[in-house]
Amino acid sequence: MSMWTWLRSWPVLRQVAGDDPMGLGSAVKSERSDRLLPRTAEADRVVKSVCPYCAVGCGQNVYVRDEQVIQIEGDPDSPISRGRLCPKGSASLQLTTGSARRDKVLYRPAYGTDWEELDLDTAMNMVADRVLRTREQTWEQEHEGQRVARTLGIASLGGATLDNEENYLIKKLFTALGVIQVENQARVCHSSTVAGLGTSFGRGGATMFLQDLQNSDCIVIEGSNFAEAHPVGFQWVMEAKARGAVVIHVDPRFSRTSALADLHVPIRAGTDIAFLGAIINHVLTEEKYFRDYVLNYTNAATLVGEDFRDTEDLDGVFSGFSERDHTYDVTSWSYEGVEVAAAAGDRNQLHRTRKEEGQDIGHAGRPEQQGSGGAVIRDGGKEDRTLTDPRCVFQILKRHYARYTPELVEEVCGIPRDVFARVCDHLTENSGPDRTSAFCYAVGWTQHTVGSQYIRTASILQLLLGNIGRPGGGIQALRGHASIQGSSDVPTLFDLLPGYLPMPHAHEEQDLDGYVRAAGYPHKGFWSNMRSYTVSLLKAWWGEHATAENDFRFDHLPRLTRSHSTYDTVMAQIEGVCKGYFLMGENPAVGSANSRAQRFGMAELDWLVVRDFSLIESATWWKDGPEIESQEMRTEDIGTEVFFFPAAAHTEKSGTFTNTNRTLQWHDRAVVPSGDRRSDLWFMYHLGRLIRERLQGSQDPKDRPLLELTWDYPLEEGEEPSADAVLREINGHDAKGRPLSGYTELRDDGSTSCGCWIYCGVFKDGVNQSARKKPGGEQDWIAAEWAWSWPDNRRVLYNRASADPEGRPWSERKALVWWDEDSGRWSGYDVADFEPDKAPTYRPRDGAKGVEALSGVDPFIMQADGKGWLFAPAGLNDGPMPTHYEPQDTPFTNPLYGHQRNPTRLLYQHELNRYHPRPDTPEADVYPYVVTTYRLTEHFTAGGMSRWTPYLSELQPEFFCEVGPELAQERGLEHGGWATIVTARNAIEARVLVTDRMRPLRVQGRVVHQIGLPYHWGPNGYSTGDAANELMSMALDPNVHIQEVKALTADIRPGRRPRGPERVALVEEYRNRALITERTGTER
Amino acid sequence: MTADGQPSRKGFFTDTSVCIGCKACEVACKEWNMVPEDGLDFLASSFDNSGRLGADTWRHVAFIEQREPLGHQDAGVGRPEGGPGPVDVGMPSFELPGQRSAADGAGDFRWLMSSDVCKHCTSAACLDVCPTGAIFRTEFDTVVVQEDICNGCGYCVPACPYGVIDRREVDGRAWKCTLCYDRIGEGLEPACAKACPTDSIQFGDLDELRERADRRVRDLHGAGVSSARLYGEDPDDGVDGAGAFFLLLDEPEVYGLPPDPVVTTRDLPSMWRHAGTAALVLLAGAASAFVGRRS
Repeated sequence: MSMWTWLRSWPVLRQVAGDDPMGLGSAVKSERSDRLLPRTAEADRVVKSVCPYCAVGCGQNVYVRDEQVIQIEGDPDSPISRGRLCPKGSASLQLTTGSARRDKVLYRPAYGTDWEELDLDTAMNMVADRVLRTREQTWEQEHEGQRVARTLGIASLGGATLDNEENYLIKKLFTALGVIQVENQARVCHSSTVAGLGTSFGRGGATMFLQDLQNSDCIVIEGSNFAEAHPVGFQWVMEAKARGAVVIHVDPRFSRTSALADLHVPIRAGTDIAFLGAIINHVLTEEKYFRDYVLNYTNAATLVGEDFRDTEDLDGVFSGFSERDHTYDVTSWSYEGVEVAAAAGDRNQLHRTRKEEGQDIGHAGRPEQQGSGGAVIRDGGKEDRTLTDPRCVFQILKRHYARYTPELVEEVCGIPRDVFARVCDHLTENSGPDRTSAFCYAVGWTQHTVGSQYIRTASILQLLLGNIGRPGGGIQALRGHASIQGSSDVPTLFDLLPGYLPMPHAHEEQDLDGYVRAAGYPHKGFWSNMRSYTVSLLKAWWGEHATAENDFRFDHLPRLTRSHSTYDTVMAQIEGVCKGYFLMGENPAVGSANSRAQRFGMAELDWLVVRDFSLIESATWWKDGPEIESQEMRTEDIGTEVFFFPAAAHTEKSGTFTNTNRTLQWHDRAVVPSGDRRSDLWFMYHLGRLIRERLQGSQDPKDRPLLELTWDYPLEEGEEPSADAVLREINGHDAKGRPLSGYTELRDDGSTSCGCWIYCGVFKDGVNQSARKKPGGEQDWIAAEWAWSWPDNRRVLYNRASADPEGRPWSERKALVWWDEDSGRWSGYDVADFEPDKAPTYRPRDGAKGVEALSGVDPFIMQADGKGWLFAPAGLNDGPMPTHYEPQDTPFTNPLYGHQRNPTRLLYQHELNRYHPRPDTPEADVYPYVVTTYRLTEHFTAGGMSRWTPYLSELQPEFFCEVGPELAQERGLEHGGWATIVTARNAIEARVLVTDRMRPLRVQGRVVHQIGLPYHWGPNGYSTGDAANELMSMALDPNVHIQEVKALTADIRPGRRPRGPERVALVEEYRNRALITERTGTER
Repeated sequence: MTADGQPSRKGFFTDTSVCIGCKACEVACKEWNMVPEDGLDFLASSFDNSGRLGADTWRHVAFIEQREPLGHQDAGVGRPEGGPGPVDVGMPSFELPGQRSAADGAGDFRWLMSSDVCKHCTSAACLDVCPTGAIFRTEFDTVVVQEDICNGCGYCVPACPYGVIDRREVDGRAWKCTLCYDRIGEGLEPACAKACPTDSIQFGDLDELRERADRRVRDLHGAGVSSARLYGEDPDDGVDGAGAFFLLLDEPEVYGLPPDPVVTTRDLPSMWRHAGTAALVLLAGAASAFVGRRS
C-alpha cells in the first residue's frame, strides 16, 4: 500500500478532501463496510431443497460454503411459495446447524440411571440383534387357526417428517420382518381425510392445489388455523381476497386466520356436522344446488335399497346397527340391487358382513360379481333422474338433513341465525357455473370421533354446489407435516400397502385372488386394475422370487386380524405384548393423545429406539418424565433399553416430500451429516442389511421374505443408499428394466414392477420428474413443470367435472379442461383426470368392465360408479351420511337423537384412560368447560423441531391457555398468571392469556366457555411447558382410529398445578367427585 | 438508479392490512444478520413476546386486540359488504357475562398486527450525533451502524425519536436494522421482505413504494376502510420522511409509534447559530469594553 493510499483511507482526510464534509456518508465508510458482501455471494454452491416443516412444501435454496450450510432462504422459483418462508422455514438454518442437535448415539441400559455413549456400529448391531430376538420370541404363525405370519412384538411410529423413500424402506423392511404395527403421524392427523375424501370422490387427497385458491370466489376455512399453521400457503387466500373473494373463518377461536377473514363465525368445538348439515339443508330446500352437476356427476339420482333406514327413523342409528358390538352391517345401505365397493375407507367391510352371514366367498353376492350392476344402475332404470323418488339419494339426503335448521345451528353450535344466513348466502352466491367456492380444513375437522364424517359433510356440500374438480373450487385438506401426504401414499400405516392397497386380512385372503376379491374388486373404474397394482408391488419387493406360480409371493405379506393402529399398540405395550418400539421422528410422549398412557406403554418395553434431532421427551421419560416426578415410576425399576440415534436433517439427504398439493418435490443433499447423524434411509437400509446377514443360510420359512427381499441399493458417500434408486423402484419398470411412464402400463402378469402405483410416472422417460424446477414465473398458474403430482401430474383432481356433460367448460371464467373435438382428446390447462381420448359421448356397452365401464360423463374415475358420493353405500363404518353426534366429552346433550354420541366410536376402558360423565348428569359439571387445541405459527407439532430452536422459542416462550374475560372472572384467573387445567386423565399448568378473542357462546340456553390450548409443549428443550395431550383421552373414530382432541371438556382453576404425587391426587380427587368408573362415558 | 448513476433511495413499505403476524420477518432478520436470541420472556401481551425493537430485535411485530369491526383489516378491495359497523367506545355493558355471545357480535372485533422496523429517517438524529463516524448514510440513503467503528458511546440511543437504536448488553455497541446493507448492495431483497409470506413488507425504490402505498390507501378507502392511513411517508414530517414507512389501520399510538416524531437534532443548527451569535455578542462586548476603556 502506497503512502498516499494509506493516507487517503484516513477518514478525516476523506472528510476534508472529499464531498462529504460533514462526515455522515462516504467519508466515514469503513473498510469493512466497503468490502461487505452477502455471505450467499461467497457460497460454493446453492442446493435446491424443500422446507422440512409443514406440508405447503416451500422451496428453499441452501447455500453451502466449505461443506457447511451458511444460509437457507426461500426459493423464488417455486410456484407454490414464490420465495417466501414463514418463521419456521426461516429458522431452518438454526434448526439444521444449531447446537441443539445431538451428534452422538446414546444408550440407556435396562434399569440404568443415565445415558452412555455408544459407537454407531455397535448400536446398529445391538438393534439388529434385538429385532431378531424379539421377533423370534413373539412370532405368531397362526392366529385363531388362520395363517398370519407376523409379530406383534415390534412396532414403529413416525414417517410424516421423512422422505417418501425412507417411508418406503420402513414399510418394506418391517413388512418383510412380519411387523404390522407400522404407523406414523398420518394416523393421528389426517387418516380421516383419506376415508372422508376417498369415499366421496375416490381418492384420499386434497382435490385442489394451494395456488388454485387464488381462483376462488369464496373460501371457507373451517377446522383449520390456515394463516398460522400454513402461513406461506395462506398467500393464495390473500391473493383471492385481493381479487375480491370472500373469506370466512369458522372456528371456536378468533385466531390470526380470523384476523384476515371477512367474517369470523365462532362455533362450539365439535359441532361442525350440525353447522354444515344445516347448510346442506338450506341448499336443498332453497334449491341452491347446481342441478346439472348434481344430476350428472353425483349419485343423487341413484336409488337405495328398500331396507335402508335413516337415523331419523331409528333415533340416531342407521339400519344394520348391532347393539352387541356397536358396529354396522352395511348391506342395507347398498344401492338398489347392487353392492358397491369403496375406493377408500374400510374396503373389507362388505367382506366382514358376508362372513358373519356365513356366506361362501366364492358365491356370495360380491361386488365384482355384480359389477354389471353398475351398468344396470344406469341402463336398467335404477336411477330416477327427476330426483323425486323417495328412495333416490337426493330425497334420502333431504330427509336426513331436514331437521338441521338455522334454529338447530343456534341451539347446538351457538351461531346466531343471521350469521348462519350470511355464510349460506356467501357460499351459494359464489357457487355455480360462473363461480366457485373452496373449503379448507385441517385437523380441526379430522381429530374427532366423527372425523371422517366431518369431511364427508363438506364433500356432500361441495358436490351439491358443483365445486369439485373446478378451478378455485374443491376441498383443500391442509396437511401439517412435510410429507404426511407421502407417508399415507407410501404408507407407514398398519392397514395399507403403497398406493392405498389394503393390507391383507387373515380371513379368506390367503391368496392373491381372494385378496383382490375381498378388498372389494369393482368392475368399474380404475380400481379394477387392483391386481396389476398388487402384483407389480410384489415384484418390486420380491423381484425374481415373485412368480405367477407362487402367487407372486403374496404369502410373504403378514396378515391383519384386527386394528393395529398406534393407540392399539399403546394398549399392547401396556399389556406387555409389544416389546420393541421404533420412533422415527415422532414424539408420542407429548404428541399423542393421553401422553401419560403413552409413557406407561413405553415403560413396559424391552427396548426402544428413538431417532430424532434432539433428546425429545419420548427419549428421556425414564429419567425425567412426569411419572418420575410424581413418583409413580422409579428410573431404577424401568427395564427398557433405550437407544438414541441422531437423525440427519433435510439438508443432509436427498429424497422427495409429498406436499399438501399431492406434489412430490425432490430435495438434494447439500452436505454430508456429521458425527453419528444419519438419514432414516441409511438407518433402515443398514438395519435390513445387518438382519439379512444374520439370517444368511436360514431355512426357517419365516425368514424367506427377508432373504428374498430386493435390498440392493447403490451406496453413495457415507454409505448412504441412493434415494434416486429407491424412487426409481417406487416408480417401477418393465421386464426389460425400462422406467414406466404411468400406472396404465402396469400389468398383472409379473412383467412390470412398481413400488407404489399412484407414484408411477414420477420417473417418466427415466427422468426424475419430481426434481423439475422450471421457475413458476416462466409457467402458467398450473405450473405443471414444477415437480410432479400424483396421479399422472394432475393438479386438480376430477377435473373432468370442470366441463359440462358434453365436454364444454361450464363457463369461460371457470374453464380448466374440455373436450377438443378436432383432436379427439381432452385438452386444457391441467392434465385431464380422465382417459385422454374418451369422448363425452362415450357410453359403455352392456357388460363392459373396468375402465371401459365408465361413461364419457363420469368424472370420478376411481369410484365404482364414476360418481361423487352424496350417499356412501359402502366404505364407512359409521354411516352413509354424516350425522351430528356430540363429542365423547361434552357438556351438552344431543337434541337430535337419543343416541348422543357416535355409537360406533372406539373406546379403551382402562384405568389410564377414563372418560367424563355424560352431560345430563350432575357429575358432568365437574368438567364444565369446552377445550380445543391448535397450532401456533411459531412452533411445530409436538415441538421437536421448534422448542429446541431459540429463534422460534423466544417468539412463544411458554405454554399458555387462552380464556375469555368472562371465564377468567368466573374462575379468578389472572392475566399473565398461571392456571391448572384438569381432566379425568391428567392435570397440567399453563400461563393465562385473557383475551376477547375467546368469547363465550350461548348454547341450549346457557353460556359455555371455551378454553384454547396450543399443543406444542413438553418438559424438554429450550422452551418448556406441560403438554396439552396429557389431558386427552383415547376415543377414536371407528373408520380410521383417529383420536378426538379437538373437542373435550375440562375444569380450569387459578394457580400452578401441584408437584409430585399431589398432581396425581388432584386428578383422583376430581375423578371421585365426578363418580367416574370404568363405564363412565361409554354409553352408546 | 437515478439519472446521475447513483443508486436510488431504497426503503420499506410495510402494509399492515395484510400482515398475518407470523413473525417470519423477525426470524429471517435474525438468521441473516446473526442477531442473538434475546431471552424467553412471556410478556402476556397478546402474541407479542419480543416486546419492542432493540439491539437484538430489528423487526418487531406488534399485536393489538381491539373491539373494532373486523372488516377494517382487509386485504381485498372488492368486499361485498359495505363500510365499517358500529365502533365500541368502551362504555360499560349492562349485559350479563356471556349474554351477548361471540357470534352476536361476529365481526366486531379485530386483531391488528404490524411489523415495525428502523425508519431510516431522511434526517437521522442517530447519525447526526454519532461522534465516531460509526453511523453513516449509505449510497442507498439508508442509515447503517458500522460494527467495526462503533465504540459503544451510546449517544445515538436517546437521539432516536422512535426508540429504535439500542446498545447490546454483551458488547455495548449500538445495533439496529441495516436494511440488509450487504444484501441490497448485491441486488438482493432484505431478508425480512423476502421471507414475508403475504408481502406485507415490501422493499424497493422509495419513490415507487410511495406511489404504491398511495394507491393502496385509495383502494382501501374506496372499499370502505376509512381508517387506512400512511405513517412516515411524508417528506415534510418531523424527520423529513422515513425510508421505512407504514400503512396503518389506526392511530400510530395504537401500534406504539410516536404520532409526531421529530428529529432530535432538528434544532442543532439554530442552537449552534444562537451559540455562535452569543459568542459573537460576548466577543463584541468584551471588545467594546477594551475599546471603551481606551477612549
